[in-house]
Amino acid sequence: MDILQLFLETGFWVAMVRMATPLIFGTLGELICERAGVVNLGIEGIMAAGCMGGWMWVFLGGSLWGGIVFAACIGIAFGMLHSLFAVYLGLSQHVSGLGLTMLGSSLSAFVFRMLLPKATTPPKIVPFAPLDLPVLSHIPFLGEVVFSQTALTLLAFAMVIIVAYILFKTPLGLALRMVGENPMAVEAQGLSVLGLRTAAVCAGSAMMAVGGAFLTLSAFDAYYIGMVNGRGWICIALVVFSSWKPYKALLGCLLFAAFDAVQMRVQQQAGMAIPYQLYLALPYIFSIIALIIMSRKAAYPKALLIPFRKGER
Amino acid sequence: MRIEPRENQSLGRLILALFLAVAAALSVCSLLILWSGASPVQGWLLMVKGALGSKFAISETLTRATPLIFTGLAAAVAFKAKLWNIGGEGQFYLGACMAILLGTDTGLSAWALIPWLFVAGALAGGLFLLVPTLLKTHMNVDEVVTTLLLNFVVLLFVNWLVFGPWKDPMSMGWPQSAPVVDAAALPVLLAKTRLHLGFVLGVGAAVLVWLFMERTVWGFEIRAVGHNPNASRFAGMPVNAVIVRTALISGGLAAMAGVSELLGVKGYLTTDLSPGFGYTGIVVAMLAALHPLGVVASALFVAMIYIGADSMSRAINISNYIADVTTAVSLLAVLCALFFTKYRIRRG
Repeated sequence: MDILQLFLETGFWVAMVRMATPLIFGTLGELICERAGVVNLGIEGIMAAGCMGGWMWVFLGGSLWGGIVFAACIGIAFGMLHSLFAVYLGLSQHVSGLGLTMLGSSLSAFVFRMLLPKATTPPKIVPFAPLDLPVLSHIPFLGEVVFSQTALTLLAFAMVIIVAYILFKTPLGLALRMVGENPMAVEAQGLSVLGLRTAAVCAGSAMMAVGGAFLTLSAFDAYYIGMVNGRGWICIALVVFSSWKPYKALLGCLLFAAFDAVQMRVQQQAGMAIPYQLYLALPYIFSIIALIIMSRKAAYPKALLIPFRKGER
Repeated sequence: MRIEPRENQSLGRLILALFLAVAAALSVCSLLILWSGASPVQGWLLMVKGALGSKFAISETLTRATPLIFTGLAAAVAFKAKLWNIGGEGQFYLGACMAILLGTDTGLSAWALIPWLFVAGALAGGLFLLVPTLLKTHMNVDEVVTTLLLNFVVLLFVNWLVFGPWKDPMSMGWPQSAPVVDAAALPVLLAKTRLHLGFVLGVGAAVLVWLFMERTVWGFEIRAVGHNPNASRFAGMPVNAVIVRTALISGGLAAMAGVSELLGVKGYLTTDLSPGFGYTGIVVAMLAALHPLGVVASALFVAMIYIGADSMSRAINISNYIADVTTAVSLLAVLCALFFTKYRIRRG
């Protein structure tokens, strides 16, 4: 068992990029929300809802991309709920988010059981096929690791670039960041604080749901209850780790997925010597350690968690 | 449209708001029953009958409410100080682990053993919550994420225990620990039911927590720090020490839920000892508007939903996940309702 050997295998890097994909969507989504000053703890449930909704769309005869769009719509619906509670009414972002997580997780389990009451073995769909692009997919190493993934993985990478561009190079991005730092100033500019925050939360939630849908439409071909399994919470830790910057978020997701891929390989090779539960716990422990390291100098958006009400200071 | 604070807050308005919130949650639930093809009226009758229809049904509801009282109190105390302890699930299991660790191989009598197990469990839970709390107070690490992630770690730890070192050789291969000694079992309150002493302890804990929060300096400090930490610091309160105390109490209460459930219902440890009691405790606390005595009432309400839904799902073709949906919706509805007791919306 040689870890260095592992890094020479292309298969390891392919697995890393695949495992990073849902995290990239989720982390970017949470990043957008938090940049606008709203923590979205609904992420775990929104991912669950996207995971089930996207899968169910395809299972009932829809197209794969239709499933992605449907998942995004579910995400937007949850985003609107979170905006109503946490932005418009200015209620506790924590409690609203946790409530939405409970709602998303339980509702997806309920709908799944209602539509498929007799499913003992999880029914399957035909998921996204790996890409075979001309030229690009045939570049040595990079072609296999990046361009032979499914289209969703490329979409995730593209989203990193798009989100970074919008946030840092456009007036909209400036307004979004300002609304998370100093909403009074945004108000003084004649822009709608509540509108901007709502837009950010809805866009972010849509991305979270697409990240969930990746699990059932690309990484795997079936849905089972409890599938998201804490990935949403890990994304929240990754946002802090990334200092709210999209490219660092991408790096964080890839690093995290690399750890995850290593632990899976080591687990296969080490056999029973170390309890497998320890390996399964490692991703959560890594996230906590990453949080501890980064939190000391974490520059949280100044207006994070603070509701904005016109005329109230 | 403008949101402005109300000048006065009345108890009547609060009760009305809670009532409306519960009604809203139940009507969403009715839609789901309608979707399954049954009539909501029939569904509700089945639920009420399942939760309250017989002596046995009532005893089951009270049994289910018992751990929820403890985890609800845990969330209520922590949230009062704005300490976001979402780790009730993990603390629950740690309490249960302590009960197995100290309760399987001991010659103590019931009078000594049961209090000892509760104290030891509470200590374990409180100290466990201390880790994310100290990370929060000293290193600025967000406790929401750390407590949430630790739940997964604890559950995997319990999984390892019951599949590995603690696996009972007498369990025919099932992943479960050996049972606690007979002296550790909580006495049953009502013959031929599962209702156990834990329920009385839970209600007692609620009264104690209420007295503590309302009538002691420490309780006052917890409320003050939650309301405005800067003002509390200015007034000379040791803010970090107050948060640490809150963590010990909250973690301890959540762990006592685990001890009570283990000693009162199962007797041995499995990975499904809790169907999410730690998370449901958050709903219970919110439904009670974080009031310790209200926690008892809301725990009973939530337990009725779960027991009733189980019974309804056996009678008509509906998934018992409807209970989880209903509690989630009631959490959100209560959140809104409490808002309208403090604010009003004005035109213009």
